[in-house]
Amino acid sequence: MEAFLHQVLSGLATGGIYASLALALVMIYQSTNHINFAQGEMAMFSTYLAWNMINAGLPYWWAFLLTVTISFAAGVVIERVIIRPVENAPVLSVITVFIALLVIFNSVAGWIYSYTIKTFPSPFPEQPLFGNRFISSHELGTIGVTLAVLVALYAFFRFTPLGLAMRAAAQNATSSRLVGIRVGWMLALGWGLAAAVGAIAGMLIAPIVYLEPNMMSGVLLYAFAAALVGGIDNPFGAVLGGFLVGVLENVVGAYVVGTELKLTVALVLIVGVLLVKPTGLFGRVFVTRV
Amino acid sequence: MALLEVENLFAGYSAQNVLREVSFSVQQGGITAILGANGAGKTTLLRAVSGMLRRQGSIRFGGEPIDRISTESIARLGVAHVPDGRGTFLDMTTEENLRIGAYSRKDRQAVAEDMDRMFEYFPRLKERRRQQAGTLSGGEQQMLAVSRALMMRPRLLLLDEPSFGLAPLVVQDIFRIMRGINAQQGVSVLLVEQNAGLALELADRAYVLETGQVVLSGTAAEVGSNESVRRAYLGF
Repeated sequence: MEAFLHQVLSGLATGGIYASLALALVMIYQSTNHINFAQGEMAMFSTYLAWNMINAGLPYWWAFLLTVTISFAAGVVIERVIIRPVENAPVLSVITVFIALLVIFNSVAGWIYSYTIKTFPSPFPEQPLFGNRFISSHELGTIGVTLAVLVALYAFFRFTPLGLAMRAAAQNATSSRLVGIRVGWMLALGWGLAAAVGAIAGMLIAPIVYLEPNMMSGVLLYAFAAALVGGIDNPFGAVLGGFLVGVLENVVGAYVVGTELKLTVALVLIVGVLLVKPTGLFGRVFVTRV
Repeated sequence: MALLEVENLFAGYSAQNVLREVSFSVQQGGITAILGANGAGKTTLLRAVSGMLRRQGSIRFGGEPIDRISTESIARLGVAHVPDGRGTFLDMTTEENLRIGAYSRKDRQAVAEDMDRMFEYFPRLKERRRQQAGTLSGGEQQMLAVSRALMMRPRLLLLDEPSFGLAPLVVQDIFRIMRGINAQQGVSVLLVEQNAGLALELADRAYVLETGQVVLSGTAAEVGSNESVRRAYLGF
């Protein structure tokens, strides 16, 4: 029982990371109708930046903040410079650009930092909090940080005029322009936000999976599964899907298939969802009257 | 004085022009109606004014040329376009749709007052303020589209067939409110309609568009009494 509880709690911790990354995928999917395959590698690169800063002697949380800010700016620039020109291109061209971004980030990271595995520090204490035996401080801290990020994003999109305008631009670009919303900038901001959220996910997962250029490939797969399980066009679904996939991964890995086949769980989930319910568990039942 | 002045406008979607040599104007505080059959180029004309497609010629709004600036910038100058198909943000609530209309305004207090005023004009919208806009009926979505445009506090309102597909009672409601807004707040209106009778009742100036060209223009009364207009559009 104790072991089971531990599996579930640590599943929730990694699940929070999958949820964040899944949310980043959904944010970009909603405005472009494409999955940004490079989301994970962008997060990985951000994590290396944080590693540089921490090694240069910057306190962890300063490095954290600075990395998030830089990642946001980089996301905006990537949208404006690389994605904008293919805005109206055929689907395959866009996918090619995304995959190119993935490969470029991966090889540049390998070139600069080499492929040797590095450790990445956790900002949380090494001893479990309150002497509990179920969850490490890093896992607890991860859950806390991801929940804070999710709540902040929810409040931003739900209550601020800018958040509303970003949702509007993603939903109906033509109508948005007609009320004076600068749609191009809204999409760029969306990329910035997605990159910033991805950076946070990268920094939180790095102490667990270690820092190396391929560290996000598995994570992105889980995030992709999470987004699909929840419904690729539903942010709430993606978040729930993230936690679900995190817990499932751990429990199934520990009791059913063993750790070697853990990643297969994600793939089985993806195929299963696509076969049985392509819109996902919480996929939108689109109600419209004409 | 003309608020909107269009001269020698050519416009279209691809290389081919839908509109050729179109000239018309909307007076400050006036209502101009554009009449024409399906495919005459009425919707294209409104889109050209809003900068939504390729256009050539002179379009001046409040004396400023707007034929080279983006749709967003034109909207921010005070041109509110109620598009065909109503342009509803289907996944958002009625209230969010209205808030989006006020996006570029900074006067929060006045925005809140305007929102209340829209609910006064259209009590149906108030009942449905927390409802997903995609579930509203066609008439309610048209009310919402007009309200969303008015939330911009525009100087000029572009209306694309507000009567399309609606029950006569709803249409009368919308036209009554348009007249009130025009009279009380001095919002000028450019109205595109197939329902010529209604449009001529509301408008002070009218133009008849046929295959992309203006074939007749004058005061609403003049156009309304024209023999061929009466036969083709008014049915008597």
